[in-house]
Amino acid sequence: MTGLVLRGVTREFSEPADRHVLRGVDLAIAPGEFVSLVGPSGSGKTTLLRLIAGLDTPDAGSVTWQAERRPRFGAVFQEPRLVPWLSILDNLLLVTGPDRRERARALLAEVELAGNEDALPGQLSGGMQRRAALARALLVEPEFLMLDEPLISLDSALAERMRSLLNTYWRERRTTTLLVTHNLSEAAELSTRILILSPTEGRITADCALPLPDPRQRNDRAVTAVLEDLRRMTQAWPRPDTPEARDPLSRAS
Amino acid sequence: MNRVAGALPLRLSPGWNRLLSAVALLALWQGAAMAVADAALLPSPLATFQAGYAELMRGELLFHVAITLARVAVAFTLAMLIGSAIGILLGRSEPLDQIFNGWLVIGLNLPALVTMVLCYMWFGLTEVAAVLAVTINKVPTVAAIVREGTKALDRSLFEMTHVFGVKPSRVLTRVILPQLAPSLMAAARAGLALTWKIVLVVELLGRPNGVGFQIRTFFNFFDIASILAYSLAFIAAVVAIETFLLQPIDRRLGRWRRA
Repeated sequence: MTGLVLRGVTREFSEPADRHVLRGVDLAIAPGEFVSLVGPSGSGKTTLLRLIAGLDTPDAGSVTWQAERRPRFGAVFQEPRLVPWLSILDNLLLVTGPDRRERARALLAEVELAGNEDALPGQLSGGMQRRAALARALLVEPEFLMLDEPLISLDSALAERMRSLLNTYWRERRTTTLLVTHNLSEAAELSTRILILSPTEGRITADCALPLPDPRQRNDRAVTAVLEDLRRMTQAWPRPDTPEARDPLSRAS
Repeated sequence: MNRVAGALPLRLSPGWNRLLSAVALLALWQGAAMAVADAALLPSPLATFQAGYAELMRGELLFHVAITLARVAVAFTLAMLIGSAIGILLGRSEPLDQIFNGWLVIGLNLPALVTMVLCYMWFGLTEVAAVLAVTINKVPTVAAIVREGTKALDRSLFEMTHVFGVKPSRVLTRVILPQLAPSLMAAARAGLALTWKIVLVVELLGRPNGVGFQIRTFFNFFDIASILAYSLAFIAAVVAIETFLLQPIDRRLGRWRRA
């Protein structure tokens, strides 16, 4: 288990001029926490994940791991990022090596992809590819699990089963997890803590601990109460059909 | 059924079209030979075949073709390995590309003849000099093609392998090389065609064997039939390599695109 500290992380992009995506983000994630980062499109969630993953560097501030070395990462990106010429099984084994073949098969079965081991990614639907990407992330036995909208294109019943899988995985291993989602219910169902990333301020404006029983149900009274609070906090966010939501850059100035 | 205006009414299978094309070429050649009416200046297809058959029976044809093919194979392999490594490096690093792009342009425009003469002058009329001259000529072409292929690689897959900490050797063999396959095949095809032509000139200038050496010998005797026979035998060998080696590899590497 690995903890993470971000201090004053700022990241801006040159186009349009002076646009800040993140302005002085402070964040600490303790080992074993399941943290959800919630914010609308364009609020900088993915930018923050890229900084944590080492795919980008902050203009100011620091990203520090509470460990001697960078932790072993498991990641689900917004797109599945499967290698098109490798079979689904080989895509999983790419990140671990061939000795994890049996575990890879078992994980594919857990994400309901048994029988598709030899298929190429292009032969599977988008939802199946996302589940394969989830299995790949879990296969590495990550010390830090980073999930960027992992269940976004799944139908509700399947998404529910995948949430259950994630919850079980976390309860058994207590892997430090950071989930990016715009789905408040999903965040409330899975997390020990929810962070709200403001779409206008470029920083975390709310940090809610969820000392709730585990496993949870969406209709638990405690979960419902938390959800109500979160919805109040986020009700001013631009709706998906407003110009601001369609073009998040328009909010920058 | 409407027919496109101007289209030929006759539709044949691709195999028949190719056969028809070969027969037409032979007929053209035969017609030209009959028109020239001087077997020493332009021998007929049959006379050329007879000259080649005589060389084959003497054991000379296969020996010299094999020697030339061996030189092509060594120079081609070296050029592909070195050129691919340079191309990948330049494609992956913008500063390196900026620094060495000028060198590559010089290499691409360096006349093959100059390289050959310089190599023979520096290293003597040796096998090493011959293979080196061919390799030096071919490396910039391979590097330029592979560099462009590398620039077009899918960066999102690199990010994925970086986040997961995948071993560099596995990234190279499972992610980079398969993406580069079309560029490598283009470089191999262009390279094979270029390499064997340069090898013939290298042999003509400074080797005691090979198809190029034989062509020089027959040039001295004004034996055009034997020159054509050796040329056709060698073209047949290169076409066989293209058909039975490169094309199947290309089809195999491109299978996932059709999935």
